[in-house]
Amino acid sequence: MGAQKKGATARVSEDPEELARHPLQAILLADSFTTKFRPITLERPKVLLPLANIPMIDYTLAWLESAGVEEVFVFCCAHSKQVIDYLESSDWSSQPNFLVATIESHNSISAGDALRLIYERHVIHGDFVLISGDTVSNMSLTQALQEHKERRKKDANAIMTMVVKQSKPSPITQQSRLGTDELFMAINPDTKQLLCYEDKAEYSKGFISLDKTLIADNPSTVLHNDKQDCYIDICSEEVLSLFTDNFDYQHLRRHFVKGLLVDDIMGYKIFTHEIHSSYAARIDNFRSYDTISKDIIQRWTYPFVPDVLCGNSAIRVERRGTYRASEITLSRSAQIGPFIVIGQGTEIGNDTKISHSVIGEGCTIGSNVTIEGSYIWNNVTIEDGCELRHAIVCDGVTMKSGAVLEPGVVLSFKVVVGQQFVVPAYSMVSLLQQPTQQDSDEELEYADSSSGNVELPSKLNGDITSDLSETRHGPTSELGTGGVGYIWSIFEGGHDEEWRHSVAPIPTDKLAKIMLDKDEDEELLTQDGNVLSPSGELKSDSDANDSEDGDNEGSRDDYVSFEKEVEATFLRAVHENVKVDHVILEVNALRLSYNMASVDCAGAIFYSMMKLAVESPHSSSSELHRNAADVITTWQNLLKSFLHDIDEEIEVILKFEEICLESAKEFSPLFAQILHLLYDKDILEEDAILRWADEKEGADESDKVFVQRAEKFLQWLREAEEEED
Amino acid sequence: MAGLNLSAVSDDEDDADRDDRPVLSAAAVAAASRSTLRPPSLQTLLEDVPDSAAVPHTSSSGGDSEGKSKSADKSSRSRKLKHDVIEAVNELIQDINTCHEQIAEQAVEHIHQNEVILTLGSSRTVLEFLCAAKEKKRSFRVFVAEGAPRYQGHLLAKELVARGLQTTLITDSAVFAMISRVNMVIVGAHAVMANGGVIAPVGLNMVALAAQKHAVPFVVLAGSHKLCPLYPHNPEVLLNELRSPSELLDFGEFSDCMDFGSGNGAPLLHVVNPTFDYVPPKLVSLFITDTGGHNPSYMYRLIADYYSADDLVVQRRPTSGN
Repeated sequence: MGAQKKGATARVSEDPEELARHPLQAILLADSFTTKFRPITLERPKVLLPLANIPMIDYTLAWLESAGVEEVFVFCCAHSKQVIDYLESSDWSSQPNFLVATIESHNSISAGDALRLIYERHVIHGDFVLISGDTVSNMSLTQALQEHKERRKKDANAIMTMVVKQSKPSPITQQSRLGTDELFMAINPDTKQLLCYEDKAEYSKGFISLDKTLIADNPSTVLHNDKQDCYIDICSEEVLSLFTDNFDYQHLRRHFVKGLLVDDIMGYKIFTHEIHSSYAARIDNFRSYDTISKDIIQRWTYPFVPDVLCGNSAIRVERRGTYRASEITLSRSAQIGPFIVIGQGTEIGNDTKISHSVIGEGCTIGSNVTIEGSYIWNNVTIEDGCELRHAIVCDGVTMKSGAVLEPGVVLSFKVVVGQQFVVPAYSMVSLLQQPTQQDSDEELEYADSSSGNVELPSKLNGDITSDLSETRHGPTSELGTGGVGYIWSIFEGGHDEEWRHSVAPIPTDKLAKIMLDKDEDEELLTQDGNVLSPSGELKSDSDANDSEDGDNEGSRDDYVSFEKEVEATFLRAVHENVKVDHVILEVNALRLSYNMASVDCAGAIFYSMMKLAVESPHSSSSELHRNAADVITTWQNLLKSFLHDIDEEIEVILKFEEICLESAKEFSPLFAQILHLLYDKDILEEDAILRWADEKEGADESDKVFVQRAEKFLQWLREAEEEED
Repeated sequence: MAGLNLSAVSDDEDDADRDDRPVLSAAAVAAASRSTLRPPSLQTLLEDVPDSAAVPHTSSSGGDSEGKSKSADKSSRSRKLKHDVIEAVNELIQDINTCHEQIAEQAVEHIHQNEVILTLGSSRTVLEFLCAAKEKKRSFRVFVAEGAPRYQGHLLAKELVARGLQTTLITDSAVFAMISRVNMVIVGAHAVMANGGVIAPVGLNMVALAAQKHAVPFVVLAGSHKLCPLYPHNPEVLLNELRSPSELLDFGEFSDCMDFGSGNGAPLLHVVNPTFDYVPPKLVSLFITDTGGHNPSYMYRLIADYYSADDLVVQRRPTSGN
């Protein structure tokens, strides 16, 4: 509070007029517009989910308050009533100098819709902070705000400042910490302007593309893969009107940010502000829920940690990071490991082992229970001998004795797990039936009558998806004897991907796989991480990037597709009697567009010719020979036009070897004959053939097969040469 | 006011209520102290509250009670009470504002010519103390330990140099090596416990031990508002404030060490960043307060002058509960 007031007054003194007119405002989106937290979010909005026993939205609001924000508009959509009720019953509604107002909507399906609605209400005047209710931070806004305002004064088009944070430039850390994909940003290091934003990037392709004008316009550009997007934005009023103008903008990053970056007509600019020592992260999925919970317990978010947020001595931190509420009943023989949180009124029985976990209020945990890396919310009953590893257990769940949760399990509200039942890894269990699949991406975490459904699973079962439930087992059998709940099947991403966003640690084989992928991309990564040097070298540098990419993996693909194109051209020429000159032109055009050398053309044409020969009907090798001879005679001029020097001729011979070995083995007995034929037709020079033989001299035995086959012919050639001498 | 319920409890059962409430009661006490013989309490002051039924009359024969004149004008009494409290708070604010000067006045008695003084971190009281000695034309040198991880020693060194003092900045870990050249250690405190122990910025216990080893006097400067009526035998009193690890480490650089997705999900790296140290009374040579210098063993007496046992616990309870 003290610090906040100081900050506020400091700003007032700098810019008294402006601030007198506009208190600092914030828009808090209390809906993530995704389905990553299903099935939990079917019954409770994501922002009210407890994070170390405190609802997520409290962290966000506490931060906003400390950062000097005076008015917060909480936009609620899914379960809006729950959010509003919570805010009204909490302290937030009665804070002096900190106004929390709610804006309710029932039909918004994206952040874009939300901002359009807020624009219509005309509540935002001046700059505002845009944040979603699942963001935890302790950064100071003062500097970022000041930078934003100064930029605005100079350039009215600088409408947004995005907060970024450094992280390790490794896909494995991104994945294993926050479960997000790697992010690439191009930033101008002098002005901090954001030039390019690629989240999951064309990264699978191994490269990202930058607009050339972008490089031309900016004297220097740094391409970062070590920045983490904090999803905290300082926006100007124009942002809202932009959303209204572009009614197709839905997603803040995917549509809005990228849209602005691409659109150079309006000339709006986005800048970045990097934070160094402070913390900021957004809970996007179960894995980041796990990571951020642990960061909070390790106090990276100080002062937004449970013992401080809870106020007067309700929770105390003890040695080794144990957070204990005041009235808990703990057996003497229970083993409480480091970094755990235990909520008020919880009872823990004999010989129970707990480590790296969060346990909510009013839970009853029996004897000989093992809890490891799990998140247990309020009023959960866990009977004797249960085992929980890396699971999330929501309010009111009952686990009968001996039940086991394997890593990655999520039990939604009031589920009952039967005796001795083992819930398989990565299962999602809920009292609600899984909704039939819709277009998953922009779907809401929305169920109209949230709490009523919980009591009546069977009714729901009856009317919504009766077909589905009949094909599956009844609710009791699915979770063992006496169990209640449905195990959801996984659609999104399929089974291979379920580990990505789960709370469980990544299995070692998957880790190894990411590592492997990373090693393959290593070279590319280092290139991308480089600072591109100013102007002159810039273009060549980026070009070099492309062609080097080609050398690594792309070249093979490119060459294959080039070869196919050439073959298609050639076949068309054969069937439609196109003139040789035209074919040459076409092939040359292809060569330029694929960026190939003329050597490659010769090889490709020869390959097409041989393929034609093989594919025309033949019964014996002599017939094949005749076919080949025909094709070669007909198209010798075409081939010759690409054979300018000896290297290209050698290439043709090598290509022929390759054909004999791989694609058309029928040719291999005819190797010497066709070589002779080519010599006769003056396609191949004597020198080329001899040079080829010489080159092969030093090769492996297996490589020399064809040299040996052609030995006679070669000898004849050598003798002829000597005779001439 | 009605929601505030005061009860006298011995401080063993006491919650570690180290926020501003005890201070408030100290202020009220100071205001009332003139008219009473024994250490007065805030409760004495509040006895005149009109709805006094909510307040238990457990102790203290209040000196300024108005006897049986219950029918007296309520508003005038509550105004008087309000006035008293406001006056007391103002007095306290003034006390806090002037305590630096009062402590600094004693500087010449303690700092002598050509001495070497060591301090750790930054404290306004220490700064003014040293400057006061400098103004009296004493020439001496100051060693400043930087006070990792917040490095407030750097700020102190800057201030001292700006005021023309010969200053040497050292790392915290060099304290032991330098202590033999030091004549006196002078530090500030966060709180002074009733037994004479000190809650001080982290690192000071080490400095105190080094000073003891070399028989260098360890002097603590503390305004009387830093006095705390609690004893540290209750471990909860000594519970430290653990701050963010980001003061020690850069999160970006170390984010791969905080990787919960691999291995068994348990981080191998733990960072502990405590704010305070507890320096036991036997390591402290002298306390200098605004009322003069005192031995650690005398602190309980000083505290008793300011705090009444009746006021030690100020708790919020539901009004209906009484």
